[in-house]
Amino acid sequence: MNPQTAIAAAPVNNGVNTEALIGARGAFEQAPEAAQFTFRGTCDWIEGTYSRNAINGFFGLGQEHERTRTFGIESDHPAVFAAADRAPTPPEIVLSALASCLTAGVAAVAQHRGIQLRAVRATVEGDMDVQGILGMDPDIRNGFSAIRVAFHVDADASRDDIAALVAQSQKRSAVFDILTNPTPVAVTVA
Amino acid sequence: MKRISTVVIGAGQAGLAMSHGLTRHGIPHVVLERGRVAQSWRTERWDSLRLLTPNWQSRLPGHAYVGDDPHGFMSMPQVIDFLDAYARAGNVPVAERTTVTSVTAQGDGYRVDTDRGAWRCRNVVLASGACNRAAVPACAAGLPDAIDQITPLAYRNPAQLAPGGVLVVGASATGVQLAAEIRAAGHEVTIAAGEHIRMPRHYRGRDIQWWMERAGIHATPIEEVEDPNRARRLPSLQLIGSHADQFADLNGLRARGVQVVGRLAGLRDGVAQFSGALANHCALSDLKMNRLLAACDAWAEREGPADLPPVERFEPTAVPAAPRLSLDLAGGAIRTVIWATGFRPDHSWLHLPVFDRKGRLAHRGGLVAPGLYTLGLPFMRRRNSALIDGVGADAAFVADHIANTRGRLAA
Repeated sequence: MNPQTAIAAAPVNNGVNTEALIGARGAFEQAPEAAQFTFRGTCDWIEGTYSRNAINGFFGLGQEHERTRTFGIESDHPAVFAAADRAPTPPEIVLSALASCLTAGVAAVAQHRGIQLRAVRATVEGDMDVQGILGMDPDIRNGFSAIRVAFHVDADASRDDIAALVAQSQKRSAVFDILTNPTPVAVTVA
Repeated sequence: MKRISTVVIGAGQAGLAMSHGLTRHGIPHVVLERGRVAQSWRTERWDSLRLLTPNWQSRLPGHAYVGDDPHGFMSMPQVIDFLDAYARAGNVPVAERTTVTSVTAQGDGYRVDTDRGAWRCRNVVLASGACNRAAVPACAAGLPDAIDQITPLAYRNPAQLAPGGVLVVGASATGVQLAAEIRAAGHEVTIAAGEHIRMPRHYRGRDIQWWMERAGIHATPIEEVEDPNRARRLPSLQLIGSHADQFADLNGLRARGVQVVGRLAGLRDGVAQFSGALANHCALSDLKMNRLLAACDAWAEREGPADLPPVERFEPTAVPAAPRLSLDLAGGAIRTVIWATGFRPDHSWLHLPVFDRKGRLAHRGGLVAPGLYTLGLPFMRRRNSALIDGVGADAAFVADHIANTRGRLAA
């Protein structure tokens, strides 16, 4: 479908300000250093496998940013691992991060392409052989051996257009890239 | 120092077409060529390569294919003969074996230094090609010494490779062609595929290049493209100059025993790491192909010939259930790595502030600066600007621009 005609026919509103994002692209073309962001958080151990992350400040557009509120993400292990199950496991948070990232991308791409969304649900699954994290078999990795995301999208668009939304969302997703490509990770003791 | 209105750098299809346009306007010029006419075609192509466009589409201003095989694909000797004949017919003033070492601004024009003396001119046309250098990723420096590395510019045929496994990095036309012929020669082959574009050689009874021309896809002007930088970076279509198979795609390579893995993401401790995004790269490729075929079908519905066979759609690319994510290069499975990771022009001798922050030549439809032009770059003015069939229209535009501005001024 032609996005221009779709917009003319009925304003599409998925709640994403794509004009601002496209404006940012133009600005970063002129000043690429402003595109350098650093995200961060702190994690405090509470008890057992239970911990709490606080997420607030980040660096971007050449300066520090402080939000008006601090977000918290808690994590724990389930009862089958002899833990108290007070929050999702870290790998489940990773799966959630992937699903959220791809879903946000679907909304943004749909807005840009003039596709009105009615409902979007991503179902995410990751397979893990826990012999890896238990140190039982060096041939088994700790992390997921495979991750699957299934999207159910209700929108005014053809099946191919929806497939293209989901594909483009993966192409531009930070978390999809983080999970599919290696990243150097430095862990130090202060 | 010699003085002339216009210096053209490079005597390939772009430089020869440019000479044709300048001659049409009576503009004095010289075509400087580091080797002989069609030098890159003579020295920087593999033996089995044939053009990806059919013979009938080999058209340059005042010159076209006239043989008895219009639907065939030219071999490299045939391309060289085709361009040699063009240069002879046009009496093109080529200074062969003259290597440009520097282009600088001087007065109202330019100074072009070569290993055979200097020229002073009002206009310079860069027609030295888009594929002078292989774009090799930085991680190549980290390959173990025991592994041979080669780029497509130096690759000729499988006989030059040491016995053993071959990793082909890249799955554009170059990567899929080399992977197929090296596999056919008996090597174990792995191909690392990032973004790529699958395309049938023939569709509904016609060559895909016929469709792209007739449906107006080749002629799409750059102004109509939402993201010109992205359009100019697109990998070449997965095609081969042969009618033997409908596809030169990953499905075909897998059927021949080639292992398909994701984009080479990096090397760590001698281990090659491949992206887990292969499935999405294949999905994007199929979507791109289907969009192009749908555009062709829409054109055919409106104004195509009545005798076309019905619409076809193809099985999607089959992705391995668990593609390999890493490969220990010290383990002996890989003896040679081929960097089919794209090409870049070489403008290292162009000493002018005409590059963007990524080091790319900045131009608007081939206009670089007053009196400075380029030709033959991907999607320069139209989608087929880098094809033999597309450079003629661009050269005519540049010749007209020179004639209308400063072509008749002496240097």
